[in-house]
Amino acid sequence: MPRITFIEPDGLRRVINAPIGISLMEAAVQNGVRGILALCGGACACGTCHVYVDAAWLLRLAPREEMEEGMLECAWEPRDNSRLSCQIHVTADLEGLEVTVPQRQGAM
Amino acid sequence: MISTIVVVGGGQAGAQAVDTLRREGFAGRLLLICDEPALPYQRPPLSKKYLSGELTAERLPFRHRAFYDEHRIELKLGVRAVALDPRARRVDLDNGEALSYDRLLLCLGATARRLTCPGADLAGLHYLRTVADVTLIRAAIKPGSRVAIIGGGYIGLETAATCRHMGCEVTVLELADRVMNRVVAPCVSEFFAREHRAQGIHILCNMQVTRIEGAGRVERVVCADGSETAADALIVGVGAMATTALASDAGLACDNGILVDEYCRTQDEAIFAAGDCTNHPSPRFRRRVRIESVDNAFEQAKTAALNLLDRNIAHDRVPWFWSDQFDSKLLIAGLSQDYDRQVLRGEPASRSFSVCYLKGAELIAVEAINHSKDYMAARKLIADGARMDLAKLANPNLPLKEAAAA
Repeated sequence: MPRITFIEPDGLRRVINAPIGISLMEAAVQNGVRGILALCGGACACGTCHVYVDAAWLLRLAPREEMEEGMLECAWEPRDNSRLSCQIHVTADLEGLEVTVPQRQGAM
Repeated sequence: MISTIVVVGGGQAGAQAVDTLRREGFAGRLLLICDEPALPYQRPPLSKKYLSGELTAERLPFRHRAFYDEHRIELKLGVRAVALDPRARRVDLDNGEALSYDRLLLCLGATARRLTCPGADLAGLHYLRTVADVTLIRAAIKPGSRVAIIGGGYIGLETAATCRHMGCEVTVLELADRVMNRVVAPCVSEFFAREHRAQGIHILCNMQVTRIEGAGRVERVVCADGSETAADALIVGVGAMATTALASDAGLACDNGILVDEYCRTQDEAIFAAGDCTNHPSPRFRRRVRIESVDNAFEQAKTAALNLLDRNIAHDRVPWFWSDQFDSKLLIAGLSQDYDRQVLRGEPASRSFSVCYLKGAELIAVEAINHSKDYMAARKLIADGARMDLAKLANPNLPLKEAAAA
């Protein structure tokens, strides 16, 4: 299981072992990462599992699809490295990935 | 001094409430009473990825068992609260236990509305509300099964899409003249009916079911026009009713839900309620509402948990909803009742469009079909009480967020 670091809204670094085959969001929720709400359970319908991906990793992930793009455009403080963690699938390649959880989630 | 809080109901609202209570520092005894035997779990996948088998039961719970243990949340699974005595501040459970509380939160949820016509008790007739319901449905259907679905709402259509995807022959019988008639505009109903028909589903409207027939188990559904629909399995999705018996039997006022104020308080100062089971004021929409949604359950339960700890926060959010049917996604923000005007943005034929609802010039709701930008922009605009510029709004090439009146 790749180790993935979440920097929670209060600055705390949380390292989790993410099971391969599920989404980054699911791994975060299972481990109780703060600030990942994921209300729709991964349907790309709520915009509450938003994370900022460490720049070095951005190009190594499959790019955002149109639906995710639209959700993020009006999310709270979107940036170029914004992703919905429900749309990132955990693979062995993600060993060492680091993401930051924003201060707020949802449409802002 | 609040030393014991009991939460009744382990759905989205109950699970969120205990989580919030611990995160906010409540250190006393905390119990969560769940009438289902499973750990509190997500319901939305039931009609979709759990039914199709894409998601296993182990992936449905919000949290692992360890989370509840770590946070000293006493889970009572498969146990039902059968009586409530507000004067004695006591809840009686069906396992014989009696729990005293200082504060009580009712997250009783909703119950699938039952058919009452002749034959409604036949084997092979299913409702879809719990993981146990869907486990039964999964066992009852296979590729080629003839599945009849009564009700063309969210549950009926999502289930139809999933069953079709699994290779079943599917017929949807809807009482009204169009599918999802209570929740979306006619052009949105038409869009989804067309999507379903294109996938080989029979969508039949204006169908009043009069009886279910079969020798010991469902064989066919008979409608008022005399038509018969043969079925190996029958799934009924005709809405849900607030679960209120525990509250009303205890003398708490109920009217299409347990009556609470915007602070999630019932008439009894020690009893709060949240989620599908409540009828609550919406200051923003200036009326009382009962909302069946993940979002409302989550937000209202979070607010109720804070108020159990005397924080005095009003629940006044813009509700949102979604539905996945085949590869189309319906996203709804706000509440569209009482609108003055509907404005269509884009063309349904393009498979990406939205319908905006205005009260005066104020945006009150948006139905976005495969259009997440309009949906997310709408959530913010509605929350802000934004007034819209009609000409800009009708121009689908202009982002919705730029269509607010100057």
